[in-house]
Amino acid sequence: MSLLEIHNLQVTFGGLDALSNLDFSIEEGEIVSVIGPNGAGKTTFFNTISGMIPPTSGEIIFNGESVLGLDPNQITEMGIARTFQNVRLFPNMTVLENVMVSQHCRTSQLVVGALFQTKAFKQEEKEIRERSEEILGFFGTRLVGYRLDQPAFALSYANRRRLEIARAMATQPRLLLLDEPVAGMNPIETTELTGLISKLRDEWGFTIVIIEHDMKVVRDVSDRVVVLDHGVPIAQGAYDEVSTNPNVIEAYLGRPVEAKS
Amino acid sequence: MMTTNLTSKKPFELDWKRTLFWGSVCALSQVFICLVGLPSELNRRILIESTLSLGYLFILWIPLVFGYVVSKMVELEGVENPKPGAADLLSGALTGLLGSLGLVLLMLGIDNLDMRDPLINWNQKLFRLLTFENSISFGSLVWIPVGVGLGTIGASLHQMSGQIRKMSAYAMFGLFSFAVLEDVIDDLSEGFRLEWLSDMIYAKKGGMTVTSAIVLAIVLALLPLITRGKFKKTVDRYRSDAKPENQRRNSVVLFSTVAVLVIVLPWFLGGIINELLANVGLFLLLALGLNIVVGLAGLLDLGYVAFFAVGGYTTAVLTSPNSPWFSPETHFGISLLVVVVMATLAGLLIGAPVIRMRGDYLAIVTLGFGEIIRLLFLSDWLKPYLGGSQGITNVPAIDLGPWEVRGADPRSVFYMVLVFCVFAIYISWRLQGSRLGRAWMAIREDESVAEVMGINTVNSKLMAFVVGAVLAAFSGAVLAAKVGSVFPKSFEILVSIIILVVVIVGGMGSITGVMVGSLVLIGILGGPRQPGLLQEFQNFKLLIYGALLVFMMLKRPEGLVPTARRTRELHQEEYLQDAWLGDDESEDREEVGEQL
Ligand SMILES: Nc1ncnc2c1ncn2[C@@H]1O[C@H](COP(=O)(O)OP(=O)(O)OP(=O)(O)O)[C@@H](O)[C@H]1O
Ligand SMILES: [Mg+2]
Repeated sequence: MSLLEIHNLQVTFGGLDALSNLDFSIEEGEIVSVIGPNGAGKTTFFNTISGMIPPTSGEIIFNGESVLGLDPNQITEMGIARTFQNVRLFPNMTVLENVMVSQHCRTSQLVVGALFQTKAFKQEEKEIRERSEEILGFFGTRLVGYRLDQPAFALSYANRRRLEIARAMATQPRLLLLDEPVAGMNPIETTELTGLISKLRDEWGFTIVIIEHDMKVVRDVSDRVVVLDHGVPIAQGAYDEVSTNPNVIEAYLGRPVEAKS
Repeated sequence: MMTTNLTSKKPFELDWKRTLFWGSVCALSQVFICLVGLPSELNRRILIESTLSLGYLFILWIPLVFGYVVSKMVELEGVENPKPGAADLLSGALTGLLGSLGLVLLMLGIDNLDMRDPLINWNQKLFRLLTFENSISFGSLVWIPVGVGLGTIGASLHQMSGQIRKMSAYAMFGLFSFAVLEDVIDDLSEGFRLEWLSDMIYAKKGGMTVTSAIVLAIVLALLPLITRGKFKKTVDRYRSDAKPENQRRNSVVLFSTVAVLVIVLPWFLGGIINELLANVGLFLLLALGLNIVVGLAGLLDLGYVAFFAVGGYTTAVLTSPNSPWFSPETHFGISLLVVVVMATLAGLLIGAPVIRMRGDYLAIVTLGFGEIIRLLFLSDWLKPYLGGSQGITNVPAIDLGPWEVRGADPRSVFYMVLVFCVFAIYISWRLQGSRLGRAWMAIREDESVAEVMGINTVNSKLMAFVVGAVLAAFSGAVLAAKVGSVFPKSFEILVSIIILVVVIVGGMGSITGVMVGSLVLIGILGGPRQPGLLQEFQNFKLLIYGALLVFMMLKRPEGLVPTARRTRELHQEEYLQDAWLGDDESEDREEVGEQL
């Protein structure tokens, strides 16, 4: 059984097919890249899986269960986490709080525990904190130390992207959806993060789908590449196959006739 | 040097347009305040014996403020600012002059035209006040120099050295506080058997004596000289004391001081002030609840008064022998348990349908629900059960064995409210740092992302509603026992709005802020039906609340005592710049360097 199966997925925005006839599956432990020109529907694909946009038709099955009709938080609880292309942290919460709050669906204490400071409550708080620090430690020294207590908005751009990933990790997912994780990073930071993405699978055991425009990153991390164009999957396979596929080249460069005019 | 030099401003080169503009604004404000009736009404309240009443003060602060405003420099980056000079003083003076001319025109107008029909305050009372019970020319002779003088003083504030500015601020605000707090100080000195003190400061008929005002002003002005910032230093040290064990000690010290003060002081206070404190407490309780809903979870609930009403009515029905339909006459303690249940139900009932709405929609719908609940209590339909507009009377005092909490003994009410407030503060404090509190913050920041991060937003928001509802209902329960009756009239929409103003002015999300907010607003201005220290304000309360709200929103949106978080949030740019300059970039650069 595949971890994620997508059957005939279609998403329409007022006449515009953002996604159509999408059929594919992701196996546990894979790193799959989704590429395609701007507006191809990549982010829409993530939005649909994470429950933010209901699909017009089709089926999404995660771990054997359909996720259609579930609220985003239920989907997260099932084990799908994502990051956002246009970084959407909780800007006025601290770095630590951003990660702590994302463990919400894995923890359970409510009002009573907090009021009486019960043992269970304290224990859970401690665990949340330790796990958060462990997750932030994944990025070396960049998000720890004094940064723990800085508000997220004060972070540099690259650090915000890292915190987005940390926050997704904190929900303890099985499937991690990364939307352009290296956009806006300099080459060195990009190389560093590329290494970390492989580690996310090898050491943390996440299955990863990554949307990326940086072909070097795509080549380095992915087991398999899916190419979308105008909402339609036009090719999939290993990086080398896909990158030489004439359809893909055409999608990126435009048709020769159009290119001339 | 890169900066453009603009210092070549001649000493008497006036910015005419600016001066004229602010001068007219000054004149219009003064006339407006007069016609609203503030001076005539507040003239009763004497601040300094035979010299200054609150009414006159309301006219006088205007040229001072606009004199200050007109000569304020626009700070431009990269441009050296012109030195403030005589021109600024002149424009301040002219602003004051224009203001006074406005008053002169008003006097002439009142004398010659009859406009009483639309303008109620276009009358002899105002005329006498403006002319000092004398002629127009006498009035003008007084107002013009006073306006010019105050405008100049306002303008000169920019040019004073920091020390002098500080001294005059101490003197002015100190004097004002002494004058406003007359009742409290009177009461306190009576309680401590120090009547001679208040007799010395205040005149028999109210207001400070001229001598004491002068002496106090001098003492207050010297205060910053004597303390020389020692006070601030101590406070700062206490605040930034990084060692955790010291921090704990500091908060213990602070906590016990406040606790002792709050517990002991009421014994030295008279009935009126205790009554006032009890009211402040009731509203603080409400505000703390709303602070959780609005400040933490970011749900703008304008129908908050509904929960207040639920608490009041539940208590009345359960404890009063006069309850028309069901009258078990239980003890307050038992009814309190039912209040919790009812408030929870009400929170869920009102919350469930509106919780999926966001922002403005939520505000409008809750506003509607608040009114619906009040109208239900008022309706003929429920009259056999809840008494309609007559409400339920004869709610008994709270029987606590050796003590009894009843309205006639405001001190007991105060202590009762205090217990609830401490409880509410504890709740807010604990929840803020818990899993639920963090979820609320996340929802306030970005609801859709919070949901994607696994937070069940519907449940979390309902929890906020319920916790807020329970606190409000407690307040209602105590109110019912205090007043001895409940009427639909006590639960008007206005209550919701005033509590919201308290929370906003105090500082959203900040517990201390909410405390200060209720103390200042409810204590001094008064609640929707409760008079504050300045009882004369009764009729103008809403005007002042509104003006205050607008002012705060423009000038200090984070509130009087903001949380550190809110301050950062609203001054994000400055902070960002600092953070950028401070470390991030340079550090990253270093790393790049290493790797290259
Ligand atoms: N909420 C929405 N309402 C209407 N149209 C939308 C919405 N979201 C996306 N679209 C449209 O769907 C198409 C696909 O958008 P999407 O954001 O998925 O592209 P993308 O592949 O992520 O592009 P990029 O590389 O620029 O991020 C675009 O034409 C976009 O305008
Ligand atoms: Mg996208």
